[in-house]
Amino acid sequence: MTENNTTDAALRLRHKRYASERRFNIYGIISIAVALGALCLLIGSMASKGWSAFQQTYIILEVELPRDDLAPQGKIDAETLRDVNYVSYLRKSLRTEIPGVKSRRDQRSLYKLLSSGATLGLQNLVLNDTKLIGQKIKFAAVASDDIDQLVKGNISAGKGGKVSKKQGDWVKKLTDAGKIEKRFNTNLFSNGDSREPELAGIWGATMGSLLTMFVTVLLSFPLGVAAAIYLEEFARKNRWTDLIEVNINNLAAVPSIVFGLLGLAVFLSFFGLPRSAPLVGGIVLALMTLPTIIIAGRAALGAVPPSIREAAIGMGASPMQVVLHHVLPLAFPGILTGTIIGAARALGETAPLLMIGMVAFIVDIPGSITDAATVLPVQIYLWADSPERAFVERTAAATLILLTFLILMNLVAVIMRKKFERRW
Amino acid sequence: MSPYFAVAVLIVLITFGHILGRRGAQQAAGGQNRLLHSLPHYYGLYVALWTGIPAVILIALWIPFQPYFLDSFLITSLGDKAIGLNNDQLGLLLNDIRNVADGNISSRANDPLVIAAANRLTEWRQLGYGGLLVITLVAAIGGLILARKRVTINLRARNAVERVFNVVLFVASLIAILTTIGIVLSLLFETIRFFGKVPITEFLFNLSWSPQTALRADQVASAGTFGAVSLFAGTLLITAIAMIVAVPVGLMSATYLSEYAPRKVRDILKPALEILAGIPTVVYGFFAALTVAPAIRGWGEALGLDVASESALAAGLVMGIMIIPFVSSLSDDVINAVPQTLRDGSYALGATQSETVRQVIVPAAFPGIVGSVLLAVSRAIGETMIVVMAAGLAANLTINPLEAVTTVTVQIVTLLVGDQEFDSAKTLAAFALGLALFCVTLALNVIALRTVRKYREKYD
Repeated sequence: MTENNTTDAALRLRHKRYASERRFNIYGIISIAVALGALCLLIGSMASKGWSAFQQTYIILEVELPRDDLAPQGKIDAETLRDVNYVSYLRKSLRTEIPGVKSRRDQRSLYKLLSSGATLGLQNLVLNDTKLIGQKIKFAAVASDDIDQLVKGNISAGKGGKVSKKQGDWVKKLTDAGKIEKRFNTNLFSNGDSREPELAGIWGATMGSLLTMFVTVLLSFPLGVAAAIYLEEFARKNRWTDLIEVNINNLAAVPSIVFGLLGLAVFLSFFGLPRSAPLVGGIVLALMTLPTIIIAGRAALGAVPPSIREAAIGMGASPMQVVLHHVLPLAFPGILTGTIIGAARALGETAPLLMIGMVAFIVDIPGSITDAATVLPVQIYLWADSPERAFVERTAAATLILLTFLILMNLVAVIMRKKFERRW
Repeated sequence: MSPYFAVAVLIVLITFGHILGRRGAQQAAGGQNRLLHSLPHYYGLYVALWTGIPAVILIALWIPFQPYFLDSFLITSLGDKAIGLNNDQLGLLLNDIRNVADGNISSRANDPLVIAAANRLTEWRQLGYGGLLVITLVAAIGGLILARKRVTINLRARNAVERVFNVVLFVASLIAILTTIGIVLSLLFETIRFFGKVPITEFLFNLSWSPQTALRADQVASAGTFGAVSLFAGTLLITAIAMIVAVPVGLMSATYLSEYAPRKVRDILKPALEILAGIPTVVYGFFAALTVAPAIRGWGEALGLDVASESALAAGLVMGIMIIPFVSSLSDDVINAVPQTLRDGSYALGATQSETVRQVIVPAAFPGIVGSVLLAVSRAIGETMIVVMAAGLAANLTINPLEAVTTVTVQIVTLLVGDQEFDSAKTLAAFALGLALFCVTLALNVIALRTVRKYREKYD
């Protein structure tokens, strides 16, 4: 048995040191918790604000489609069907639903329950199915955004709000009669942008994003791979290649908005390419993504062991054949992963696109890379700036959709890395 | 006829050239491929490249320059109608003509002069594309015939093809340099024009920023002052707040993950942190405006403080969150690069883990950590969407984080989004700000990358 020589002072010191050790450990855990907590808060707040946008309030109305108006003398032709005043049918049915609204002002505020899109919906319904003419049909009319928000409980009626006390009472009456229904919001997925929140959708922006990404990947992938091959496999180490390398690293850290300025000055003003077009957006984003792809490509090429190259050279392959037939195929999954990650970042990019005019209010769905278009993140920015209450939840919903796209892309990248990763 | 047609024809010719070259080589060898210098495939490529390259160069030169020539033809054809117009009016007129020719809506669609010119333009365009097609065809077929003639068994086709490949690869690597040159030149030119209108001393030293200039001479609006000091101050304030959040949290998470966390925990937490890096900045901006700013305002009011609804604190906090993964992954690399021997030595002397981290690893990794923090700072300075959505618009020289400030990037966006005339000091100011931003971030990046590189070399 040894005698315990440890003095009190030493014990106290040890105690202090261990306490500080524990504190340090806890600081670490706290910082991780802060970071992850912020992440959860962000996603949570988007989800809690955004989920209600996937539903839209409809008012179920019994609408009469009088044969006399729609098919005068029993003839049905598209011209008349397009010119008919569908609003009046909806209004009439609304008046029967809520009787006793007499004054002009009250009637006008009653009509405001419906969105302007309801008319168009009815028109399309009749145009697609002319058998309905002369019948009394059940029609789900899109409610206006304020009513939608009222039904969802985001705002309350009266007191100088957007919805008057009377409108609130009518909605209550309709709800009690089972005439108010919440359905899946198809407008959100199939429409372009609109000033009316209940009609605004992200399909236009999604198409814009797809077209822009198409241009971006088409340009940046081949160029990036070619540059990576040159720098990693062929370039002699000298001041020139050093310069290129430093340059690429710096370019990767240049603020994205500066690329937007480049696009504005060079592609729009100098080359006169069309404003707001996915073509220009794609080129700008391609220049931005290029360094990412080059860096990832070089890492992937560098990870292929020299034995592969030596074996190929030993079989009589030329340096170009070594690279193109052997090294590149082996490095390809790594390059592709880097490209997907770069594309995901480009998909979420907003600032440079603001500079080249992709913030315009665009209702039409873009069909080609020279049409005016906007992209998903810019759509989020535009909606976030809109004053209507109903755009808040739509912005959050669009955010969720954008995040879903990004997570999917990153997931593909992770899976590919796991699947094709090779340890030599 | 459109330029796409010429491209389509070219693709067909290239394919044809490849087949022809390949066949030609096999015929020259009399079916005995081993007599050939290169594999038959390379002879095909050789002819295909000769068919394609001259034509592609012609198309690439033609398409961007055709509009310029057509414009000058148009101006000549307008004759005395174009004389007496200044440059802006002429530009508008040409624009109208182009719009009519494209079938777009134009305010002057009924003007017979414009319609006639538009018809001429359409005709010339057709003519131009027809000419392009002819020239492409001549170049492609000429190249094809020439190359086909040279196909013999002794032609070193592989070497020739590989030389072309090499040039293509080299040119691709130049794009990065060209981009940098493009950025510098475009910013520089516009900035020089800006300083022709606004003295450089005002930009650098004046404390007030109000870019509202009068559009017409008779308007009452202010003359506009372009003092960037308050913008830089605002940028620095928000960056500082972001760094106060991101540096300690990022560094501690990196240390915890690389030194303390068990492998399994690390494998889960690290990707989770990286999700933060993958979230688009516009989402952070929306989060700041929707959740964080009202919350801070609410807390401030509860404490009896006067908080602006677009406070620098909200934007800075959210920006800090965005930068956390950036700091943590960079310092993680740096910490991992510290050799294990240093740790072992420290433990052997009886140091605890935290003592090792604080007194051995951090000092050893210090230059690298400084480098990664500098990179993070440059990120924060150039960040746009968060501040556009959550920070103020009015310039405000203050260090109070509860007030609204504006930043360089916010001003660039506000100056350039929406209607603008390209020559006004207001628009040009955005480029001057862009150049300042580019220079600052470039300097930070160069210093940071150099420190990190030096540091890595120390332990390699």
